[in-house]
Amino acid sequence: MSEIAVNELVRHGGLDGLADDWSADKQTYHVPWGKAMMWIFLVSDTFIFTCFLTSYLHVRLTTTEPWPVQSEIFALSFGGGDPIPLILIAIMTFILISSSGTMALAVNFGYRGDKVKTFWLMCATAAFGASFVSMQVFEWSKLILEEGVRPWGNPYGAPQFGAVFFMITGFHGAHVTVGVIYLLWVAFRVKRGYYDEKGYEIVEIAGLYWHFVDLVWVFIFAFFYLL
Amino acid sequence: MSYVPLADQAQELHHPQSWVTRYVWSQDHKVIAIQYGGTAILVGIVALVLSLLMRMQLGFPESFDLIDPSSYYQAVTMHGMIMVIYLLTALFLGGFGNYLIPLMCGARDMVFPFLNMLSYWVYLLSVLILMASFFVPGGPTGGGWTLYPPQVSMAGTPGSDWGIVLMLLSLAVFIVAFTMGGLNYVTTILQARCRGLTMMRLPLTVWGIFIATILGLFAFPALLVAAIMMLLDTLLGTSFFMPAIIESGSPLDYNGGSPILFQHLFWFFGHPEVYIVALPAFGLVSDVLSTHARKNIFGYRMMVWAIIAIGGLSFVVWAHHMYVSGMNPYFGFFFATTTLIIAVPTALKVYNWVLTLWEGDIRMNVPMYFAIGFIFTFIHGGLTGLFLGNVVIDMPLSDTYFVVAHFHMVMGVSPVLVLFAALYHWYPLVSGRMYHEGLAKAHFWFTFLGTYAIYLPMHYLGFLGVPRRYYALGSTDFIPASAQDLNAAITIAALIVGAAQLLFFINIFWSLKHGKKAGSNPWGSASLEWQTPDTPPIHGNWGDELPTVYRWPYDYSVPGAHADFIPQNTPESEEPTADEQHFDPDHDPSMADL
Repeated sequence: MSEIAVNELVRHGGLDGLADDWSADKQTYHVPWGKAMMWIFLVSDTFIFTCFLTSYLHVRLTTTEPWPVQSEIFALSFGGGDPIPLILIAIMTFILISSSGTMALAVNFGYRGDKVKTFWLMCATAAFGASFVSMQVFEWSKLILEEGVRPWGNPYGAPQFGAVFFMITGFHGAHVTVGVIYLLWVAFRVKRGYYDEKGYEIVEIAGLYWHFVDLVWVFIFAFFYLL
Repeated sequence: MSYVPLADQAQELHHPQSWVTRYVWSQDHKVIAIQYGGTAILVGIVALVLSLLMRMQLGFPESFDLIDPSSYYQAVTMHGMIMVIYLLTALFLGGFGNYLIPLMCGARDMVFPFLNMLSYWVYLLSVLILMASFFVPGGPTGGGWTLYPPQVSMAGTPGSDWGIVLMLLSLAVFIVAFTMGGLNYVTTILQARCRGLTMMRLPLTVWGIFIATILGLFAFPALLVAAIMMLLDTLLGTSFFMPAIIESGSPLDYNGGSPILFQHLFWFFGHPEVYIVALPAFGLVSDVLSTHARKNIFGYRMMVWAIIAIGGLSFVVWAHHMYVSGMNPYFGFFFATTTLIIAVPTALKVYNWVLTLWEGDIRMNVPMYFAIGFIFTFIHGGLTGLFLGNVVIDMPLSDTYFVVAHFHMVMGVSPVLVLFAALYHWYPLVSGRMYHEGLAKAHFWFTFLGTYAIYLPMHYLGFLGVPRRYYALGSTDFIPASAQDLNAAITIAALIVGAAQLLFFINIFWSLKHGKKAGSNPWGSASLEWQTPDTPPIHGNWGDELPTVYRWPYDYSVPGAHADFIPQNTPESEEPTADEQHFDPDHDPSMADL
């Protein structure tokens, strides 16, 4: 039966390849179920963060009081020197982006079947993530305890500033925390050899989620801290 | 490890060990579908009773003490929210989606059965949270189903302390449940079809559910964000949606929020939501019409592209719900244009349904009654939608009964008629028994004629200027006293239609035991779900070997075939085909006579 063998036809690139994929039987994408599902979830999650960020931009335009100057609020001074604007946020961003590098290496070693290196690289990624979250905890506690920023008001200007800050960084921080737990869970299963039969795509699937959380941070950094 | 497609590998299924894992904590998509459907119908009965309470108040305002102004608003709110989200969305996607997707795709189950099971239990949790709001101090929220701030959380609105919090919480939990189910539906359709089953050989039911689920995955995030922000406004005192406002003479602690932002977020979800309900209905009704007309669906490819086009357009029309909200009037021009464009693919579908019937060998079975009834109500509701899509016509009609009549015709009654068509059509597959024909036909005539008795007069009330959401009309200069007589007549019709739904429930339960045995394929349907080795299909669906598909699901009355239908898994060497995807005049036996 010629039409059964649609999948076995010669693979094309570009638009022809796209047409081949979508007119194939059995499966549209040549990826495991979990990976397809993670991609679809991430697109859906993108809509959540997009709604958060556009809502933030909207309330920033409609609020009646001036928006606080972020570079002054998010500044730290070391050893009594002048405060450096956004230094903590810069470090956090650097750490999170570095964690994407270790994650990419873990995916690479996962496919090579090097369980030990994969395990340690995933642990390193999780450690970067955990340090990101703990710096966020430091930032939150400094704003809440020392500077009196609350969700319903703050000493600097528009009350929506605090509301947006806690909501968006909190939602993103929750994503990072979930990611750390997910990475560790997968890492220990990798170490135990749980995926020897199923294959190591799971490392890449976890990596997709991690890179997404990382990418979202770049947008939060740009829109909330820099703009 | 190289990846092996489903059709070539043994899927690990969770095999039930006991009664509890078979019927309660079940991971079988068919059991989950029945759980979803049963829960949705139960909660739908609550919403139906609420609507009858409202009608009794409206028809006979002085006669009943059942309901006061506060509880009237609570009934409006809960009726709307339950019907749209907890009944229609859950029943179409959680119920029919779960049951039919794996069967129509030739799969053994959803791709992640455990996640699928979780989806149902989280949905049940969201229903329980919503129902709990009837029992908390102050009762459920009475802010209208659109939950517009600021009034929804002001002291004068019923349920502004507990009710609104439970409503928002329940919506957020529902969205989590939907996401878990929806990811499964989309991935199963994309990645787990059987051999020979290309996307363009899928029944339109699957296409409708597929696109609707994608709409849900992209639209529900807006509602989730709106719910989170409003929860923060209510519980923590943030001012996302709350402007500076004075309540009973004293200013509240809010300032600078934007109520219209909520409306944008809500309708960015709310309009695709209309199609989350309508697209599965379009798909199901296409299959019912084709099967009972013994004729292939007219213009299959156009039907698929129309579903996709409607899905895409539904994301750029949302502000036509907001012409009177005070948004920039120039927006109205854009949104009126996109709204009218969406009528093109929709009309195409209606023409194709009618052309499917044309010269068909129509069998007037009960599902066919409901399907044809749907064509009537949908054309009717669709045409009034063209009125309301225009800014200048919408302005005076926006807060009148004309709008109530419009959306009940187009997204209340029409999907419900499809639900009944589909429930009767697939009842023999799910239960193995036939329903009682006479009861079902009586149910149809009461429901269909009753629909017109209820909603036609409402259009007229709307033109008179009768405002919606009012607890009682009272006396006004511009509304004639006869409007009240019409209201009373509508109420009587509504009570009769409400009572007639008992016929459906009696039929369903009576037929489980006493219905005729259905056999394996009582309708002579060509699509895959009727070709399982057992009826009803058992766990794993397909016995030892997964099916192979050789044709589209609409090979009815093909010239030269042995019967007037050819199952999808019949090889082309045995029977001719009318599948336009593989139409080849040189090799098509049906063309040999020409």
